[in-house]
Amino acid sequence: MSNILEVKDLNVSYGGIKAVKNISFQVPKGEVVTLIGANGAGKSSTLRSIVGLVKPASGSILLDGEEIAGKAPEQIVSKGITLVPEGRRVFADLTVLENLKIGAYMRKDSLEDDLNWCYDLFPRLKERHWQLAGTLSGGEQQMLAIARALMSRPEIIMMDEPSLGLAPIVVRGVFDIIREINRQGKTILLVEQNANMALHAANHGYVMETGRITLSGTGEELAANESVKAAYLGKQRKN
Amino acid sequence: MLRIPDLGRDFMEWFSKNLPYLLAGVSVGGQYALIAIGYTMVYGILRLINFAHGDIFMIAGLIMIYASASMPMYVSIPLVLIATVILGFLIERVAYKPLRSAPRMSVMISAIGVSYLLQNLALYITGGLAQQYPAIPWISDTIQVFGASTKRVTVITPVLTIVLVIILVALIKYTKIGMAMRAAAKDFETSQLMGIKINSVISMTFIIGSFLAAVGSLLFFTNYTGVTPTVGAMPGLKAFVAAVFGGIGSIPGAVIGAFIIGICENIIKGMGWTTFSDAFTFALLIIVLIAKPTGLFGEKATDKV
Repeated sequence: MSNILEVKDLNVSYGGIKAVKNISFQVPKGEVVTLIGANGAGKSSTLRSIVGLVKPASGSILLDGEEIAGKAPEQIVSKGITLVPEGRRVFADLTVLENLKIGAYMRKDSLEDDLNWCYDLFPRLKERHWQLAGTLSGGEQQMLAIARALMSRPEIIMMDEPSLGLAPIVVRGVFDIIREINRQGKTILLVEQNANMALHAANHGYVMETGRITLSGTGEELAANESVKAAYLGKQRKN
Repeated sequence: MLRIPDLGRDFMEWFSKNLPYLLAGVSVGGQYALIAIGYTMVYGILRLINFAHGDIFMIAGLIMIYASASMPMYVSIPLVLIATVILGFLIERVAYKPLRSAPRMSVMISAIGVSYLLQNLALYITGGLAQQYPAIPWISDTIQVFGASTKRVTVITPVLTIVLVIILVALIKYTKIGMAMRAAAKDFETSQLMGIKINSVISMTFIIGSFLAAVGSLLFFTNYTGVTPTVGAMPGLKAFVAAVFGGIGSIPGAVIGAFIIGICENIIKGMGWTTFSDAFTFALLIIVLIAKPTGLFGEKATDKV
């Protein structure tokens, strides 16, 4: 199967501090791939450099074979990749509907079908389409952030800690949605501290520690790996 | 014998005595409002006090003077609007955009620098002499309002201001670029993820702000005949006060703040305390900020993270 995203020897640094050190990984089309690791392992920096929010110090990022490393975010997201940012970051002063429309900011065609698709996936958003996004609950905001990302019709969706700060039952809902979106043909690159959920949802996983990828394997392999178990599956809570 | 006070008549007497001041107040308020919107919009998106804004207003006045000297009004007026817009756009690109990721204080210093640059440029061009502002036909005509005689511009200003504000608010609320402006004002990074070109949105803000300042200058200088290099400072400062008064970042706040300041200032003048009218403006600001630190319509302290 072909790789939709290929990261090679990626380095990201902030000032003098190296957050990501020479990592390489692939995301095959149609799969769920996860990057797991503790706080500060460089997972978010990796996603942020892929989407152009930070410029990588060196390395190559191929999206469908095309080099995107160092391009501006609006150029990168126009090529069919998007990021659901950490902490949801919905536009609190915009209505739910406006948040969805702004997700499709670059598109000029009709949004009708996509809106209906999002409302099918998230009936709650349809009920609340007129409400300001800031008045939604944390779980609803996460759903909105995902729906907003879908509105740009991406081929691949990157999600940064979608389970962060949500109640366990809501987390399960989020992972159900991730599987559903994947089943409908979208490729997903998922960054999580909730290693247990992430590895069970993923076809393939990578473990990041202090900026490096230290382990990789299928989701099942990693979930069964003793050192992964000890480091991440024993304690689910962050901090 | 006890005289029953005739409140209605007393008010009518006060009203007719103060009518010229009220009219002037509403008119000046409208002019402040047009400038204040530029301050408040730029602050809303960049968290920057654009100190050069009052000077852009002054330059718009000078452009009018030099344009109208050789061209008819129907060319000069659009030229003023276009040239001022280009000036505002260029200032942002040259002086603020390169400092996008610099600390806010650096951008502010750059703004102060631009302010002095424009003043010095004006001093160089005019030689420091007050330049006579041309009388714009029709709006400079004298008319009668409730028995008070005034220039037509006095009546046009508040009406035009309100029309422009309604158009602007509709633009921000209902158009795609307006939605992008609202989103960018809250969160640059996530806006970029949506494919919004932040720099275009910021440029748009400066274009709108400069356009309104240019309209404001056409109306303002029609009443005050001379343009000097520092003439933008006081109206600029008052408009800034109006924007803070109304809650900086809020467009309706800036407009209402501007009208309140314009009217109060002129009523004070009407009471014979012209000397203190400016001091009053700032005293009013202090009182409002003590009672309501974020201004009349200010958002609750949500600093950008």
